[in-house]
Amino acid sequence: MTFFLRRAAFYAFTAWAAVTINFFLPRMLKGDPVSAYIQKNQGRISPEAADSLRTLFGLDTDRSVLEQYIDYWKLLFSGDLGRSFSKGLAPVTDVIAAALPWTVGLVGIATILSFVLGTSIGALIGWKRGSKADFIVPVSTFFSTVPYFWMGLIAIAVFSTLLGWFPASHAYGKGSRPEFSLDFIGQVIAHGFLPAATIVLASLGGWILGMRNMMVTVLDEDYVTVAQAKGLPTRRVLVNYAARNAMLPQLSSFALSLGFIVGGTIVMEMVFSYPGVGKLLLDATTAKDYPLMQGLFLVITLTVLVANILADVAYAVLDPRTRQLES
Amino acid sequence: MTIPTTMANATAQALKPAPRSRSFSARFGQSFAMFRNGKSITGLCILGFFVLVAVFGDLIAPYGPLEKDFTALRQAPSLAHLLGTTHMGEDVLSQLIYGTRGVLIVGFLAGIFATIIAVAIGVTAGYVSGFKSESLSALTNVFLVIPGLPLMIIVASQYDNPSLFLIAGVLALTGWAWGGRVLRAQTMSLRNRDFVQAARANGESLFRIITVEMLPNLTAIIASSFVGTVTAAVLGLTTLAFIGVIPITNLNWGTILFWAQQNGAFPDFWWWYVPAGVCIALLGVALSLINFGIDEYVNPRLRSAGERARALRKRGIKPGSSITAVRVSTEKTERLTE
Repeated sequence: MTFFLRRAAFYAFTAWAAVTINFFLPRMLKGDPVSAYIQKNQGRISPEAADSLRTLFGLDTDRSVLEQYIDYWKLLFSGDLGRSFSKGLAPVTDVIAAALPWTVGLVGIATILSFVLGTSIGALIGWKRGSKADFIVPVSTFFSTVPYFWMGLIAIAVFSTLLGWFPASHAYGKGSRPEFSLDFIGQVIAHGFLPAATIVLASLGGWILGMRNMMVTVLDEDYVTVAQAKGLPTRRVLVNYAARNAMLPQLSSFALSLGFIVGGTIVMEMVFSYPGVGKLLLDATTAKDYPLMQGLFLVITLTVLVANILADVAYAVLDPRTRQLES
Repeated sequence: MTIPTTMANATAQALKPAPRSRSFSARFGQSFAMFRNGKSITGLCILGFFVLVAVFGDLIAPYGPLEKDFTALRQAPSLAHLLGTTHMGEDVLSQLIYGTRGVLIVGFLAGIFATIIAVAIGVTAGYVSGFKSESLSALTNVFLVIPGLPLMIIVASQYDNPSLFLIAGVLALTGWAWGGRVLRAQTMSLRNRDFVQAARANGESLFRIITVEMLPNLTAIIASSFVGTVTAAVLGLTTLAFIGVIPITNLNWGTILFWAQQNGAFPDFWWWYVPAGVCIALLGVALSLINFGIDEYVNPRLRSAGERARALRKRGIKPGSSITAVRVSTEKTERLTE
């Protein structure tokens, strides 16, 4: 029990620190968002209006940073993330809620696909260690060290500009609106194929390498030898004896990688102009849109935190040895 | 994703105890033993090539990096311009050669900074116990949780003309946490070994125990986390340059790609954007190869597995049945593993 309390305190501290950093980071940026906003709407905003804008965004010059910080926490607990400058003063929660499904859907599917594919390939390569299949490891490593944006741009150049198989950008065709129809779903799949395929290709290497190395280590264990000596079918030894144990570190990395779904794809969304969270953050940074940036940082860090907790729990559930150590 | 998994594997294994009383040169050679295998040597050779290019860039490059030749705009590779020219008539090969310097300096500086932070915090957190250890570990976790790329964008965009040091510092600040976590775990397992207990019983100081007793046993992990951070820093730098956060005066491979994309090089002017990407990938592969080598040194099972399977195959035994040579039926094994 004390273990759980200590973990909880640990995560509470991490969350507090992350939120605090999120609060201060945008304030470190050069320039004042209100001046930027006024510049954008030249001449249309009177000095009085500018002052009230500052009050509205909690950027009053006569309020200390500490007061702003306390206000920020108060608003956070009431679920109010403020209003976004750059998106026509729409509530930040709405802006994020509109972008989140695109990122989570596309990158989530790609992450799961990459994990399943990479782990299976890694298990097979580890099983057939020393064979020709070993060359897959350096090849997949090559793809994971290629800069992602470069691979994305080349994918666009080849498959969309030259061959015209897939659209180059956006999540659905121009002129159509999100609706539940076969035509629209088809468009979403066509637009999502290239981004998803490049993400899978870029992240496959890590999964293959991790699983292969664990497989090779586990295959040396006595229980695998015993299973083979008993004459069990190869598939059974491979899947139920070796891969099952080699999977453990993979699963905890998988839980962690779920956390990077939301924040880890800024470059993808930039290259493919995909209307997700990453592109939103990039836009917010260029527009110095504090409230939106803070909101996005909050969402991103919280997902990573939740993923960390998931990884902890998954490990405790799956590996009895960790539980014994703790008790 | 590559970095965490390889490092996690590195920790999983026990380390070799340091040998006693040998000549200095033998001990010096010993500390490089982790690089003495095919994979590491290949990686080091590629890395060495890039280092030479960076050092002697001024001599090798046929033109200045920003020298404009307005008679040759967007030209395909020819004898005068081996890798063609840009929209301003600049020689792509020369830009590539000069860009190597920026990439390597930032990559290695970031790797050194990050390794210093990771060793200082990770090893201390692993050695001390209780509240101190927990709070250092919490600090590590905070840095793991903060999204790296957005943080870099925000910090880098604060400055009009960030120096190489500053960029390396930002990359190190966002990249040390993984190494710190792995080092903490490994130090915790070392803490209760006999030789550390003995040193403590002798009343040696904390600093001495950490630097003399523990660090030599952590070299492989430190090396692997250093190489991992350099890889991440190179990718981070080129990505930042491509996004346009780092000003174009800082010439590196990422800025070449930035200009190529800004000026519509995709997909027709392949000579403009392909070489820079290939160079980044080559450097990344070289660094990963070095890491594979370290992994095999730390975890001998990884090394012996391939060798043994190959030896068995030479004698006509299938690798799938490497452990028990007597199998039910070879055909079945083949069908399943193929």
